[in-house]
Amino acid sequence: MADHTDQQPKTAIWNDPTFRAIVFQILAVVAIIYVFWTIFDNTLTNMDKRGITTGFKFLDNPAGFGILMTLIEYDETYSYGRTFFVGLMNTLLVSVIGVVFATALGFTLGVARLSNNWVISKLATIYVEVLRNIPLLLQIFFWYFAILLKNLPHPRESMNFNDSVFLNARGLYTPGPVPTDGFFVVWLAFGLGIMATVYLVRWAHKRQDEQGLQFPVFSSAVGLVIGLPLLAFFVMGMPMELDYPSLQGFNFQGGMRVIPELMALSWALSLYTAAFIAEIVRAGIQGVTHGQTEAAHAMGLRNAPTLRLVVIPQAMRIIIPPLTSQYLNLVKNSSLATAIGYPDLVAVFMGTTLNQTGQAVEVVGMTMAVYLIISLVISSFMNWWNKKMALVER
Amino acid sequence: MKRTLTIATGVAAAAMVASSAFAGTLDDVKSRGMLSCGVSTGLPGFSQPDDKNNWTGIDVDVCRAVAAAVLGDANKVSFKPLTAKERFTALQSGEIDMLSRNTTWTHTRDTSLGLNFAGVNYYDGQGFLVQKALGVKSALELNGASVCIQAGTTTELNLADYFRLNGMKYSSVVFDTSDQTREGFESGRCDILTSDQSQLYAIRSKMAKPGSAVVMPEVISKEPLGPVVRQGDDQWFNIVRWTLFAQINAEEMGVTSGNAAEMKNSKDPAKQRLLGTSGNAGEKLGLSEDWAFNAISQVGNYGEMFDRNVGPSTPLAISRGLNALWSNGGLQYAPPVR
Amino acid sequence: MSKIFTPLPDLPAPDSSKGFIGWLRHNLFSTPINSVLSVVALYIVFSAVIPALNWAVFSANWTGLTEDACNSGGACWPFVASRLDFFIYGFYPSELTWRLDLSFLLLALTFGPQFVEAFPYKKNLGIFSVTGFPIIAYFLISGGSFGLESVPTEKWGGLSLTLLLAYVGIVAALPIGIALALGRRSEMPVIRTFCIGFIELWRGVPLISVLFMASVMLPLFLPEGVNFDKLLRALIGITMFQSAYMAEVIRGGLQAIPRGQYEAASAMGMNYWKMMFLVVLPQALKLVIPGIVNTFIALFKDTTLVLIIGLFDILATVNSAIQDPKWGAVETEGYVFAAFCFWVFCFSMSRYSQKLERKLHTGH
Repeated sequence: MADHTDQQPKTAIWNDPTFRAIVFQILAVVAIIYVFWTIFDNTLTNMDKRGITTGFKFLDNPAGFGILMTLIEYDETYSYGRTFFVGLMNTLLVSVIGVVFATALGFTLGVARLSNNWVISKLATIYVEVLRNIPLLLQIFFWYFAILLKNLPHPRESMNFNDSVFLNARGLYTPGPVPTDGFFVVWLAFGLGIMATVYLVRWAHKRQDEQGLQFPVFSSAVGLVIGLPLLAFFVMGMPMELDYPSLQGFNFQGGMRVIPELMALSWALSLYTAAFIAEIVRAGIQGVTHGQTEAAHAMGLRNAPTLRLVVIPQAMRIIIPPLTSQYLNLVKNSSLATAIGYPDLVAVFMGTTLNQTGQAVEVVGMTMAVYLIISLVISSFMNWWNKKMALVER
Repeated sequence: MKRTLTIATGVAAAAMVASSAFAGTLDDVKSRGMLSCGVSTGLPGFSQPDDKNNWTGIDVDVCRAVAAAVLGDANKVSFKPLTAKERFTALQSGEIDMLSRNTTWTHTRDTSLGLNFAGVNYYDGQGFLVQKALGVKSALELNGASVCIQAGTTTELNLADYFRLNGMKYSSVVFDTSDQTREGFESGRCDILTSDQSQLYAIRSKMAKPGSAVVMPEVISKEPLGPVVRQGDDQWFNIVRWTLFAQINAEEMGVTSGNAAEMKNSKDPAKQRLLGTSGNAGEKLGLSEDWAFNAISQVGNYGEMFDRNVGPSTPLAISRGLNALWSNGGLQYAPPVR
Repeated sequence: MSKIFTPLPDLPAPDSSKGFIGWLRHNLFSTPINSVLSVVALYIVFSAVIPALNWAVFSANWTGLTEDACNSGGACWPFVASRLDFFIYGFYPSELTWRLDLSFLLLALTFGPQFVEAFPYKKNLGIFSVTGFPIIAYFLISGGSFGLESVPTEKWGGLSLTLLLAYVGIVAALPIGIALALGRRSEMPVIRTFCIGFIELWRGVPLISVLFMASVMLPLFLPEGVNFDKLLRALIGITMFQSAYMAEVIRGGLQAIPRGQYEAASAMGMNYWKMMFLVVLPQALKLVIPGIVNTFIALFKDTTLVLIIGLFDILATVNSAIQDPKWGAVETEGYVFAAFCFWVFCFSMSRYSQKLERKLHTGH
């Protein structure tokens, strides 16, 4: 073309990418709103037609049923809303226990798979291959019915340890601490210790930056957080009594108790998730080039410090993202509690409460929202940690 | 507030249109040539697949009798196994034509779920199964006990009510299926097991040592179990209700699956009306005149149904008790076909 | 005379470092700690494995037809044998099970050649496995056309239902997952936000609640008179759930495609769709096959949860059969059988995916 100008060739407006993008997005928004509105409208219409009650008023009604294990105060006279929190606390408890044990076991197994001891590495391999290829639901059934309930004795024939700890089919009973007057001083000392530790860590960091001097932060922190409350405890003349469990009627009363459902569930969850974590840890460690290990050895570090100071910190960068999704899986899998009668959120709220009230939409919606929130909290925490651990390149 | 108002108007409107909305279950069933019936996923004596994968049980037989009455063939039923949680939704949404799934007739269910109970095919009540070794004679000695429960709808509430009323404490372990509940009880996880009495016998028969447990005499609740239909389709409601009544009447008159054909020619006008030899009972229901004859000859009368599934010759070995005919001191009583 | 240097013949390695003993020394007893670990581990293995083997094999009952045959104190395998049809086919009419067998055979024929290195039509078969095969299998299993007797879905069950749920879940999730993955990388903020929201929503909730929603709430979402079959509802739930996971797997593949590929495609004048479907996706999908197999394994195990909404998958058929009053306490046998079935499938699939991963990792 002879009269070439700098001006862009005129395109028809429907060929303009920006315009098309806007139209497309508006269409998408309209479609999405339409779909949601239809669902919302259908649901309301259907529920009205079938005479199903709606709204969240049921949360204030008395529940009228008992729950096996409650971390917060609860009995039959409390409301359905309270059952929600009882279930939620139980879910969180089993999740936290599961995460701690699965991590410990998973890291051990991951390292064991790379061990130069043949039996240990083969055992770890077999463990991983068996456990991760069988559905968790089946494993929970197995641990609970075939192992725990078949082997634990009746309360009257309890395994007795020193007349203070008892193990039977109803659970593990241990003496429970009952604080008496003056115990608040111990709490006070504990809080003080934590605050002092935070201050100490900052101060030590600053000093190291400025003067290059190291301070034994770890041992001082232990002394502050544990030693200070202990000191307060003895100064106040041990303001605590132990409540010993004792057999009364059918069951043990008093003390602290861990129910077998909790044991089986947290056990199964930990073992199952540990198999996956082991694989992640192995891949992470193998992902750190061998040169790093050799360099550490060359600098005179032994095996253990090499692993702890050189390999693991680098492996963590590979490990954290998949580890996050394993933690999320563990929390979601804890909903299988309903199969063995552990009163978690799904069993108590989406089970019994839903059965009693029949308000499926509200109950299922609330339950799903809670899991969503837990997931988001865990993943944002792990993202934050991941950022902190990420390689800082110049 | 606004939403409440919307819902209130909705309910009012629904009350008016509901009757037309769900009409015509009979026509649906006829045109499909199949009755769709919701049953339990597995409950010995009530609905359970046998080793040839056929559904058996007293709840299943109720479905089969209705299919015989409506379609002339007791085998034209498609059984939909449902869990306790989804049974009402399945019926409300029209997925099934009737629900026969050991469902307790309660005020809430009858009034607020848009459902109607068509009758009672089994009078049950919640009871306790106790380890013999405990030496307990009465349920009132159970203070502090651990209780195994099957996650149900009324069982947990009845239990809580009973213990509270008598000033006793308990801790409950809630299982999903009756099999798990039994295992929990057998292994000593609980001192007692509570469920509907019919189930207690089934559970005990499955125990490794059935003699080691006893069923307590106390019955702490009323559990009338029966078939359920959608509200608003009166014709279908009548069909299900009267099929059950026909079976009860048949037992009272001594009509069985074996002798139904000869009884057709009986001199007794009541039998003639029941079996369609005279009168137009079938027409009034919108069915053929041999509706009751088909149900009785193919499935049997109420007594046969009971004996076959839960009676003394079965592993459950339940005596008639409350489910005997009124003339034998029980509660089964059907209005006359007239 | 020049001396030629002839080295002495090599001495054999010391007895303690070769053969079985050498192997033991090197692998089990290299350090005192290792020795202790080995002994403890071996002790644990023997104390657990011997009673288990004894129960499952040596003192087990293998023949017989009824409970009476099980009297040796070991496992009661005749129970599993007598209900095997139920565990595999569910309530499917016994005279029609050839249709399921045929579907299994077709499945094996579709996937078997993938393991043969030299087989030429792998790619075509792979495409067939996600397009043609599900359609053929659907007509074969459900019937109702081509002169085949119709079998309603409530009769489907057992292992065949487990396979079907997992397979349909993956195949149906694939296109949705691709769309979501593309959407998540889109430059249009609305589309991107919606896709991220959708993916995170489904990934954040347990499958149990999704299935529950599908079985109890979905009927309420639909206009009056519209009714989905229960199996279909469960499949919708599983597909939604799975598509979110699938999207993340595919996104990983998309991210692994170098920028140059996109730029080259644009330079050749391709528009977005051509660039994606002709250049980027074919490479990305090949990369993520191991990831897809891994999600399939996860889904396959998760299908056990459908028993909570009353579908008869293999675990549910086992649960139902062990309640049969004709047999005594046979729970362990039933569960061991189910576990074994799952293990065989999952283990072989994970081996396959590991093999693929190694094959695809030839680049570095």
